[in-house]
Amino acid sequence: MSERVAVRKTYKLFIGGKFPRSESGRSYLVQSSNVSLASRKDARDAVVAARAAVKGWAGATAYNRGQILYRAAEMLEGRREQFVALGIPGDEVDAAVDRWVWYAGWADKLAQVYGGANPVAGPYFNISAPEPTGVVAVVAPERPALLGLVSVIAPAIVTGNTVVVAASPSEPLAAVTLAEVLATSDLPGGVVNILTGAITETAPTLAAHMDVNAIDLTGVTDAALATDLEVKAAENLKRVLRPAPADHDWSVDPGLDRMTALLETKTVWHPKGV
Amino acid sequence: MFEYAPAPESRSVVDLKPSYGLFIDGTFVDPTDGDSFKSINPASEEVLAEVAEAGPQDVERAVRAARKAYDKVWGPMSGRDRAKYLYRIARLIQERSRELAVLESLDNGKPIRESRDVDLPLVAAHFFYYAGWADKLEHSGFGANPRPIGVAAQVIPWNFPLLMLAWKIAPALAAGNTVVLKPAETTPLTALLFAEICQQAELPAGVVNILTGAGDTGRALVEHQGVDKVAFTGSTDVGRAIARSIAGTRKKLTLELGGKAANIVFDDAPIDQAVEGIVNGIFFNQGHVCCAGSRLLVQENVADRVLESLKRRMAQLRVGDPLDKNTDVGAINSAAQLERIRELSDAGSAEGAERWSPPCDLPDRGFWFAPTIFTGVTQAHRIAREEIFGPVLSVLTFRTPAEAVEKANNTPYGLSAGIWTDKGSRILWMADRLRAGVVWANTFNKFDPTSPFGGYKESGYGREGGRHGLEGYLNV
Repeated sequence: MSERVAVRKTYKLFIGGKFPRSESGRSYLVQSSNVSLASRKDARDAVVAARAAVKGWAGATAYNRGQILYRAAEMLEGRREQFVALGIPGDEVDAAVDRWVWYAGWADKLAQVYGGANPVAGPYFNISAPEPTGVVAVVAPERPALLGLVSVIAPAIVTGNTVVVAASPSEPLAAVTLAEVLATSDLPGGVVNILTGAITETAPTLAAHMDVNAIDLTGVTDAALATDLEVKAAENLKRVLRPAPADHDWSVDPGLDRMTALLETKTVWHPKGV
Repeated sequence: MFEYAPAPESRSVVDLKPSYGLFIDGTFVDPTDGDSFKSINPASEEVLAEVAEAGPQDVERAVRAARKAYDKVWGPMSGRDRAKYLYRIARLIQERSRELAVLESLDNGKPIRESRDVDLPLVAAHFFYYAGWADKLEHSGFGANPRPIGVAAQVIPWNFPLLMLAWKIAPALAAGNTVVLKPAETTPLTALLFAEICQQAELPAGVVNILTGAGDTGRALVEHQGVDKVAFTGSTDVGRAIARSIAGTRKKLTLELGGKAANIVFDDAPIDQAVEGIVNGIFFNQGHVCCAGSRLLVQENVADRVLESLKRRMAQLRVGDPLDKNTDVGAINSAAQLERIRELSDAGSAEGAERWSPPCDLPDRGFWFAPTIFTGVTQAHRIAREEIFGPVLSVLTFRTPAEAVEKANNTPYGLSAGIWTDKGSRILWMADRLRAGVVWANTFNKFDPTSPFGGYKESGYGREGGRHGLEGYLNV
């Protein structure tokens, strides 16, 4: 009896909840698969999708965002073997699931920890609360391909931001597979958009884009490129997260920094009186 | 209008020297290259004092002094002792508040009523507030072991000279950093008096350094390689340039930039209170306020009533001698700023908006601009988009809350906003949707050391004031 012929997977971009090929029609070969080589136009399309998703996602209740993120962790757990088949170590997949669950729980807690009432010297009610900054461009760490990616996406979106992620160019298969996880998690389309391809092609477009509010340069390893991206980001005063050190340990407790760096604090005053 | 007898505050409380050096490493020194400039009273154009202009070598000396103080004295010092120095400074400011208020009004042009009742109380309160944080940083919510960053380069504007100094220096020192601060070139004098207060408090040498000068001095300071932290308050253009210049460095940056705030008046608002808020929003401090309510969005069905009431109220504003306790609106800070206000106001007329000012006698000498409103303004007009930073209000109308939100957010800025309505649920609905760092509901231009202040979008990043204000000065 002849062996069954496998049905292969096509690895495509993830934009606005859909899986398009690059509009440029280009691809590059990774682990025997053709992966979309995203163009500048794809990056701009992804920003449009991310912007369109801001209102619904930022406006969703924190409880709802937490539920959806937790659902994503469930889906991630269920696809454990797929990631292992791509070469991701099993304990990295486990750590990624745990990281995602940790962040999911912050959805309805961060405002209490990071905001609060201010005892002003006068008859005023005064309260500070964090809000998402908006659309965040993220250059994901080259590796660990899954834990690194999860560790930059989850803190950005749990508070209500939407993201355009430039995935690891050398290990993009985990990123596309994560997109499949997110696509089946009730996450509204456009909240996470993933571009595969060359950082040098997509990141400058994202850094210079006037409808992007913040850029996370965590995965940029070339110092000159990082400086150039930061200069471009200054044009509309994007919030900038600088590159992570090469020896960054992704397994340790990440703290609140990645979430708070992508938040705005809004303070509301109202007089007290009768 | 009622007749007032002039009630001038005495200048005798201020003892100005003819010239001032740079405050580096605890003493006043001459600049290395000997350059200087004059600080004038914008209400009379009289020269108040000659002030040193710091060059690159002076920046070098100051940063080195700050580094040494950080390494040897201030960094190792216990939070408890840092707190006591800050409490001392707060007390000295309270004790010398009259002197500081008069000098502030002389150098800046703001009414004594404001420098005395707003600026100085807030300055002292700011130091008092952050003093108490110095020995409690591990409880500030930024991790178990928050550390200072190092040497902070701080550049501040001329609209609230001493208050902006307090917003910069108090949290920096409480967190354990040392600072080199450059006051604005048109308002350096209260910063120099503050340097004397540091001496009086016996603050260790080099913890606070004050470099007077203009843009070149500021640039040399923020670009100096020995600086770990940059904090800037000023225009968005300069903020952008600073963000570019520190790209690729280790420097941590906070920016407090421009604004074009919408002050939104609904038809159910108490009109008289709203009008007071509109006046306070745009004419406080001559409109030299980054969070000024410079765009009035008024609901169409009450626009005529609000404008009529506003014009009546504006006719009561007393414009003139900043040292007169009756004065509501003082002098424009500089000839250059007056020129910018004139240019943008002329553009408002040229683009078709209708200009109105109350009858108003302006002094012959000094820099003055009558309180002005423009009606018939569209969102495309320059006076609705650009920050004027003067006593000029652009009036637009809206019909629905959703339209008010759209118009309010239709700006690259996002510093502040105002809402006037009697309906609580509408306040909260609006506040959720306005992209601005501070939202004043049924009030405007209120500040407090416990309350974080800072912008969304191109109004900058980071917060000053409150627990949040520590974050920009800590490695967490």
